[in-house]
Amino acid sequence: SPLNSLNCGVSLDAPWWSHPISARKPNGCQLTPPPRMTVRERLRQNISAAFYRHGLLCASYPVPIILFTSASILTCCYPLLKLPLPGTGPVEFTTGVRDYSVPSHGTQGDLGERPDWYRGPPVAYIQQVLVKAAVSPWDSSLVPVDVFRSPLGRVFSLLEEIRDHVYTDRSLESLCLQVTDLLPGLRRMQSLLPEHGCLLVSPGNYWQNRRDMFDSDPDILKTVHQHEPKGLHTSATLKDLLFGVPGKSTGVSLYSKKRVVTYTITIALSSYDARFVASLRARLKQLHPSTNCSLREDHMVHVHFKEEIGIAELIPLVTTYIILFAYIYFSTRKIDMVKSKWGLALAAVVTVLSSLLMSVGLCSLFGLTPTLNGGEIFPYLVVVIGLENVLVLTKSVVSTPVDLEVKLRIAQGLSSESWSIMKNMATELVIILIGYFTLVPAIQEFCLFAVVGLVSDFFLQMFFFTTVLSIDIRRMELADLNRRLPAEAGMPPPKPGPLRPREAPPPSRPSPHTITLQAPAFRNLRLPKRLRVVYFLARTRLAQRIIMVGTVIWIGILVYTDPAGLRTYLAAQVSEQSPLGEAGLPPHLGVAPVFPGGDPTSTLNVLPAPEPTPLPENQSQGHGEARSGPAPLTSPQITWGSEDEEVWRRLSFRYWPSLFSYYNITLAKRYISILPVIPVTLHLSPQEAIETRHPQDTQHAPRTSAKTTELQADLTLYKVAALGLFAGVLLVLLLFCLYRVLCPRNYGQNGVQHGRRRRGDLPCDEYGYSPPVSEISPLLLRGHSMDIECLANDGMLLASCCLAGQIRVWDAQTGDCLTVIPNNGLRRSSSSGCWEHRDGWDPSSPAYDADSLLGPEARNASTPIMDNEHPLRRRTTPVRPALFGDQPDLTPLIDTNFGEVPPSQMMPGCGFDFGELVERAYKEHEASPPLPFPPSPPAARQRRRSLGDQSVAPPEQVLLAPWDWDSSVWSMELRGNLIAAGRSSGKLELWDAVEGSLRCCNEDGSSGITALAFLNNRIVAARLNGSLDFFTVDIHKPLGLLQYRGPPGRASLPPSPCYSSEDVISCQLTRSVQCAHQKPITVLRAAAGRVVTGSQDHTVRVYRLEDSCCLFTLQGHAGGITAIYIDQTMVLASGGQDGAICLWDVLTGSRVSHVYGHRGDVTSLVCTTSCVLSSGLDDLICIWDRSTGIKLYSIQQEVGCGASLGVISESLLVTGGQGCVSFWDLNYGDLLQTVYLGQSGEGQPVRQLLVLDNAAIVCDFGSELSLVYVPSVLEKLD
Amino acid sequence: SELTLAAEWLGNGVALRGPYISMITNHTTNLLIRGGMLFVVGVFLALVLNLLQVQRNVTLFPPDVISSVFSSAWWVPPCCGTASALIGLLYPCIDRHLGEPHKLKREWSSVMRCVAVFVGINHASAKVDFANNVQLSLTLAALSVGLWWTFDRSRSGFGMGVAVALLATLATQLLVYNGVFQYTSPDFLYIRSWLPCIFFAGVITMGNIGRQLALYECKFVQEKIHQD
Repeated sequence: SPLNSLNCGVSLDAPWWSHPISARKPNGCQLTPPPRMTVRERLRQNISAAFYRHGLLCASYPVPIILFTSASILTCCYPLLKLPLPGTGPVEFTTGVRDYSVPSHGTQGDLGERPDWYRGPPVAYIQQVLVKAAVSPWDSSLVPVDVFRSPLGRVFSLLEEIRDHVYTDRSLESLCLQVTDLLPGLRRMQSLLPEHGCLLVSPGNYWQNRRDMFDSDPDILKTVHQHEPKGLHTSATLKDLLFGVPGKSTGVSLYSKKRVVTYTITIALSSYDARFVASLRARLKQLHPSTNCSLREDHMVHVHFKEEIGIAELIPLVTTYIILFAYIYFSTRKIDMVKSKWGLALAAVVTVLSSLLMSVGLCSLFGLTPTLNGGEIFPYLVVVIGLENVLVLTKSVVSTPVDLEVKLRIAQGLSSESWSIMKNMATELVIILIGYFTLVPAIQEFCLFAVVGLVSDFFLQMFFFTTVLSIDIRRMELADLNRRLPAEAGMPPPKPGPLRPREAPPPSRPSPHTITLQAPAFRNLRLPKRLRVVYFLARTRLAQRIIMVGTVIWIGILVYTDPAGLRTYLAAQVSEQSPLGEAGLPPHLGVAPVFPGGDPTSTLNVLPAPEPTPLPENQSQGHGEARSGPAPLTSPQITWGSEDEEVWRRLSFRYWPSLFSYYNITLAKRYISILPVIPVTLHLSPQEAIETRHPQDTQHAPRTSAKTTELQADLTLYKVAALGLFAGVLLVLLLFCLYRVLCPRNYGQNGVQHGRRRRGDLPCDEYGYSPPVSEISPLLLRGHSMDIECLANDGMLLASCCLAGQIRVWDAQTGDCLTVIPNNGLRRSSSSGCWEHRDGWDPSSPAYDADSLLGPEARNASTPIMDNEHPLRRRTTPVRPALFGDQPDLTPLIDTNFGEVPPSQMMPGCGFDFGELVERAYKEHEASPPLPFPPSPPAARQRRRSLGDQSVAPPEQVLLAPWDWDSSVWSMELRGNLIAAGRSSGKLELWDAVEGSLRCCNEDGSSGITALAFLNNRIVAARLNGSLDFFTVDIHKPLGLLQYRGPPGRASLPPSPCYSSEDVISCQLTRSVQCAHQKPITVLRAAAGRVVTGSQDHTVRVYRLEDSCCLFTLQGHAGGITAIYIDQTMVLASGGQDGAICLWDVLTGSRVSHVYGHRGDVTSLVCTTSCVLSSGLDDLICIWDRSTGIKLYSIQQEVGCGASLGVISESLLVTGGQGCVSFWDLNYGDLLQTVYLGQSGEGQPVRQLLVLDNAAIVCDFGSELSLVYVPSVLEKLD
Repeated sequence: SELTLAAEWLGNGVALRGPYISMITNHTTNLLIRGGMLFVVGVFLALVLNLLQVQRNVTLFPPDVISSVFSSAWWVPPCCGTASALIGLLYPCIDRHLGEPHKLKREWSSVMRCVAVFVGINHASAKVDFANNVQLSLTLAALSVGLWWTFDRSRSGFGMGVAVALLATLATQLLVYNGVFQYTSPDFLYIRSWLPCIFFAGVITMGNIGRQLALYECKFVQEKIHQD
């Protein structure tokens, strides 16, 4: 508020950070600011000033600042490239075998390439013996089972060899890793895995390492496959575990093309004895030499395993992420009144995320490598840093006055929130510092990251987000300009969009007078149940969302559980493509294909020198004569390639962890050392194969089983393919869903529509229930010749005054016109009965209400012919009393024979128009009898005119010759049966509402009375010159007994006193406050013993009604006051031309809250017990929380809507529109119903709207008044 | 009452959601709905947080997912659910009786933040390696009080939190004493000394959720009061 800042002596450059609002003396004078400010206040001012300048800077140079911010983000994130990717895959390190020694536990990091984990002895040394065996000259007499039976049988002799091997009194028993029990959950594997002894795994474990059991096994394949899990399995299976090679390359199958069986014998050693291992190697090589084998034997691979994350461990993680997303969702939902809600939400999330990345980058730049699991602490970091500041900034900027420049708006918004932002940040920093001093390493690290994150987040908020916000606001103002220009230039209103229901009146209305809910076709109540379910699904997009969530979780699990596979695969790809790129890696490391091709022979063909080598004669079981066999072309070849060097690479990376986990040994964060493999080649003769046959092997029908195994192999392929396809489809769906979620549905349309309004367009509500089609029929009260200027009501009565100065008094229940007070005379004309029911004329109904109401004279004159015909009372046309000659007799026009009406006229949409008939009757009537007094104008005709050509002067101006233009009624109030009318000449008149007689007149003032308040027996008049006059109404007789009574059946009386006609009423000026305001008083309200005035001089004043003492002068608005609300509970709200709304405490005069909600004037204000409603010139209705001043939501109305508001109950809001009134549900902001007042959808705007005590509303509608009842209330009252 | 009738008739919001609204407005049904929601939240949190606690000692690779999700005894989640439903319903009740409605940041985003911090406290108690138990307990206590200060700040909330935390700790001690279950490394009269802090934070969190849920009831009940 510039005024305040002037008083405070703050320079005009920075006028917005001083609000000494609370320091007000009760006498209305402003306290001078304290001469010495505390340190806190000075700090606060400095902070605000700094923020103000910063805001100006950001809004002035948006593009350079955004570029600068992006550059700094990228710079800070650059160190992240050095960090290893998070994952749980194993890490390898290779050393030479010869100079191997167990690494020490010490932390001296002299060797740069040595990883951190390579300390201390490994869990185990793994020695593998890779056996390749074949029945070498293949014979046609051999059956398929022979391919693997005898080669597998040789495993037992090999095992014995290994077990019994002794080198200088060291046996395997003393060196190997001793294992105890299996885990209790693995009972079914008890017979298959070693217990209480050496960890020695081979295929022989299938038969408990006993040759006799193997020999008596009728079906080896069945034994092997019975332990395989069903379905797809990603981790190591038992077959992998025992054979030590991938299932496909074992060759244990009836349809193996190569006829070579491969398996390993895996020995786990607890300590490494180089000489023992070397002697074992030499012994085995000597026994089973491999001729063309050139495997490298000089490298030892150490494999480090990270902590594995299982699905069960993922559940808490997923939960935290779900909570995080819910938090982000609920936070960004609050962003409002900006051009692109999603854009700003994205900017907010980007701000937080990049600040986190920056913090990690900065920390690692300064040597702090993160040891925490990033994925786990990330949600907490986001929650700690939070989105609050961003939202607060947005809200504060948005609520600055709209008419300011964008730069200034940003600067103001920033400076007004600067204090709270700094305070919050300081608090958070202090909390984190406290956390740092817990001296727990994990928490310290978290705090360190959080501090850096907070600071970088603050930096980004100040530079990045503020700039984005300024761009957004500028865009919105441009859009606003575009939106408003056509309407102001008088161009046709914008096309009725689907989201603007009121612009498109229902196309087919049954008659012009009945109003139905919009889109009646959709409002069908009787929807079948299944349709409702479909609607529900379609509306909520339930299926899509479930699929989306499922996919995200699934992909997340996949990525988390199998990153190693992907990485090794990628590494293999890279190394295959670029042989030069392997410089860092030992040449044999990355070459092994992780996903072996479907056909193993193809990989073998690539290898060099697959020449058929002649079998050496000196081999132990060699049979030279077999070479002359007839089928050398199918003789199996045993070849050794580089892929055999590290067979374990081709297995699942979970092979070793799962093997050790069976014995409750974890490999997490530990490592194992894998010794070079010992190759063993076995050549078996066909005779041996035949000898070892089981009797059932030959009878065994290989066909079916072979088929099933092959089928099984194929099936896996198909499964993988199907899974891939499924994943692809899901990915497409997911992208589609993301697109739908992220892109606003009203893409490309102008303006921001509030989300809540869309509910009104749904065919039925979210619970599948549609309301019945309902009709509201407004009563039109006609009689005024010109536009209605003032409207006042007091329970039962309703007074209206038009521009012509004519005052009419209506019965608020029935809509009867009781009294007409013409402008220029004091004569009384009672009950001209000029009203019309919107449902049309109903001639067959009795004139029940009217008769009882009009008093004896009218009853005598009327014709009570049909009184007994309908016991049911209905509010319809009274039969016109012949007494009043100023109205034509319309009775002959009534045609009760509706059957003769042409059917075309009954069509909905055109309806049956009585207007023409009535108008004709009026025309005939006009020339006839001499009038006893100047007549009120013919209603129908005048109405036509007012609808059509406004510029033509009404004819009755000529009739009413001595027109007193100077004394038109500017304000009017009604209490009891007294009408107080303030005229432009400064005259205050008191009229009797029922009799229409002038009771009293006061001409003390000469300035026009702009506003009146009538409370108890006091009248307060605000004059044009800014003075305020207090009058007292004195009655010189006690209250009379004659009281106005409503129609029968309505026993309730008006709460205000009634004055009998005999009383002498005088009105005396008790006090006149000259210069109450510097400028004209615009608003005057009185309640609860207080009178509140608002003026164009930006101030609000509160007076006590009894002694007309000024209690407070409330300053805080930066524009003239346009709206004030005060009620019995002493709540006071004011709205000004600056779009601001202030809530005041009437008892202390302090400002409770101050919000900016509108771009332009606040036109009306209403409070309920929980919220404040305001409407503005920007066609926005805002609903604020009364206690906190937070905007709950806003309703964007169409351009040019009336700005009048009314609240019927706590939850029902009425707004006036262009020729219609709309009902809203306050709790949700839903449009409930729109009632059209005129015949066509367009019409004059409703400028005034009054809510009567009986839940009816009255609004002016050009020269007519419209009385809208809520039907259920009528039923209840009847 | 006519006014409310008017609202009811006119209000699509009312007539439209006829059966639903009458259900919501019915105080008992509303209580039941809220209680049910709180119960579900409590059960869910109990399952997840228990999983965290159990996993701290189990570094095994998961042999079976389903069994590890329901790692605790069957009666733990229902108990936690019931307790959270009771607490969540009691908080708005106490607010109403004391006549000091909770004003601080009544938004879902704040509630979400509160839940996240609660999970974080549990996470810290389960995953972070502290030097000794006193340090752990003191840290958690500070965190819990910080949670209360950030998201609640009402005296009734604090009192209730402390009372329930003490009661629940006592109950746990009794359970452990009778051998229903046990802690691997008890450091304070059969239980862990951080248990009261966790209970306190949980009470604050559930109370926050309960108050937020009760906000929805208020809107409808106001209308109802008019009718009566």
